[in-house]
Amino acid sequence: MQQSPDQIRQAYRQMRLIREFEERLHVENPKGEIAGFTHLYSGQEAIAVGVCENLRDSDFIISTHRGHGHCLARGCDPKGMMHEIYGRADGLGKGRGGSMHIADLDKGMLGANGIVGGGQPIAVGAAVACKARGDGSVSVSFTGDGASNQGTVFEAMNMAVVLKLPKVFVLENNGYSEHTGASYGIGGDLKTRTEAFGMPVWEADGFDYFSVYEAAGKAIEHARAGNGPSAILATATRYFGHFEGDPQNYRAKDEVKNFRETKDALMTIRDKVTGAGIFTAEELDAIDDEVLKLIDASVDSARNGPTPGRDIMMSDVYIDY
Amino acid sequence: MAVLTMRDALNQALHEEMERDPSVIVMGEDVAGGSGGTSGNIEAAGGIFGVTKGLKTKYGADRVIDTPISESAIVGLANGSALAGMRPVAELMFADFVGVSLDQIFNQMAKFRYMFGGKAKTPVVLRMSMGAGMNAAAQHSQTIYPMLTAVPGLKVVVPSNPADAKGLMKQAIRDDDPVVFFEHKALYSKKGEVPDGEYLIPFGEADLVREGSDVTVVALARMVPFAMKAVDKLAEEGITCDLIDLRTTSPLDEETVLESLSMTGRLVVVDESNPMCSIASEIAGIAASKGFASLRAPVEKVTAPHTPVPFARELERMYVPSPGDIEAAIRRVMEGA
Ligand SMILES: Cc1ncc(C[n+]2csc(CCOP(=O)(O)OP(=O)(O)O)c2C)c(N)n1
Ligand SMILES: [Mg+2]
Repeated sequence: MQQSPDQIRQAYRQMRLIREFEERLHVENPKGEIAGFTHLYSGQEAIAVGVCENLRDSDFIISTHRGHGHCLARGCDPKGMMHEIYGRADGLGKGRGGSMHIADLDKGMLGANGIVGGGQPIAVGAAVACKARGDGSVSVSFTGDGASNQGTVFEAMNMAVVLKLPKVFVLENNGYSEHTGASYGIGGDLKTRTEAFGMPVWEADGFDYFSVYEAAGKAIEHARAGNGPSAILATATRYFGHFEGDPQNYRAKDEVKNFRETKDALMTIRDKVTGAGIFTAEELDAIDDEVLKLIDASVDSARNGPTPGRDIMMSDVYIDY
Repeated sequence: MAVLTMRDALNQALHEEMERDPSVIVMGEDVAGGSGGTSGNIEAAGGIFGVTKGLKTKYGADRVIDTPISESAIVGLANGSALAGMRPVAELMFADFVGVSLDQIFNQMAKFRYMFGGKAKTPVVLRMSMGAGMNAAAQHSQTIYPMLTAVPGLKVVVPSNPADAKGLMKQAIRDDDPVVFFEHKALYSKKGEVPDGEYLIPFGEADLVREGSDVTVVALARMVPFAMKAVDKLAEEGITCDLIDLRTTSPLDEETVLESLSMTGRLVVVDESNPMCSIASEIAGIAASKGFASLRAPVEKVTAPHTPVPFARELERMYVPSPGDIEAAIRRVMEGA
């Protein structure tokens, strides 16, 4: 653990923020105020945070349909996100995008994406810009196990290698692609398949922040140093259904319970940090309290936020028309 | 007659056709679901909208194929298996995913027969959900039938109710040309009477669902029940309309539209798509070129605005043409003459 206590505090807080944001949405969703599809990231927090804690302001990330965790880890405003999820006029997308399309270009966050495999080529484009700028910045895409079978992902990988771009592919294997197990959809295995494009792949325990931080650190350094693209492969699970409301008929009954009890990412970081004497449990609890208050305030304000009107529907189709 | 949801009517059509013809196969993401999962359930989904339920259990994994997330290859699979003698019914979960697989649709399946000397047969049915109504936002709510209607070689089906959905699906499966079959996701749970026994609905035959003498209202898919509301309400005031459900946009039943227009002289076209190059503009164009002498008022197009589909409930409601919008348009054409 070569990170300073401040860095570790920040990482823990980010993971707690994602966890509570998602767990709260899981509670709020059945109440009927939240429209559309909501895909929750609980269980995978260590991956988004382990990657994003390595990033600089000038870097880019692009996310997936399961985007809340990536957005929060990249520093998107939780309140602005919550307002967007509730479809408010003052949400990050002015209520036009919703959960699946949260973005904040000011934060180098190029968007969650409703099209599986849609983001990876875009991230390669951002890597072209990073390389052109020559300031050592990098572009990171997140890709699920299911998405890794999309042709666009293969094209993006090959293109990044051929052009030797500062690009990091984060492969998140959470075991499922909607209602289908990862093992069914993936020919060969993700690691060798990705390596076959001619880039290094670092594996990480997706439940363990430190493991992901270290692997992502190598990949990002590799890119910053001008050595081209690479990937990290992190394995975890999602705690909830594919979307809120998914009956999860494809899953063994106690699968999630077992993961929560034995591998949980928040439990893992807490154990490591308190075990090493960096923070006491009470100090971490205080962070939890602060985060919970922030989530409460975000939900309260989102529930009462302004509804968008016709002007919002009609604007921003073009800049000038 | 049984009362079924559109989901179940489509499901029945698939079951009947798979039973009847062993060359009918089904493919797509989670059309069964559960493979590689930990529950041991080999049919955990049956399609995310439940349309393909029970097929894998009955017909097995060789005929009901769960695919990885690879839309280009899914449509390619359908194309190749069709050229090689099968009758594939491929599913793209959402019509928006046509974006990923467009080459296989409009450069490949649509053109084989023409390019290959009239020898190729590509009896693909490409099913997909479409439309707003679930607040699924800009990449999961589009009604892209105008785009595919414009492609020579494709037939395009847009049912509005369970009975039509079943008859049109059975026709689509037996049709030797490639057929794109749009299922409006806001209609899946809507119930309607479905005839018992075997029936097919031929393509290119619109359905006159209301008869009247003042205005011709043309609609398709979810806009048909919306238009019905407006038409029935106005009938109480003595304004009566022909309401024409197109059912297929390619082939397009111009005759029924022009015949009605020749009686009413007034035309309202209702289309959930964006206005430019829409079915609404196509029908308006047909009226202008072939029904000009009948027109007593400017044609009214009731469509979504020229914007992507917005997310928030209030916005999506504003985006989708409503029964109120249709009623207002009918009143306008009545005033205009
Ligand atoms: C092009 C496209 N195909 C299919 C879908 C439907 N879909 C959304 S998420 C998903 C599964 C994605 O699995 P994975 O990449 O493993 O991500 P996870 O959901 O596990 O985070 C599918 C099939 C989509 N949104 N876009
Ligand atoms: Mg997955």
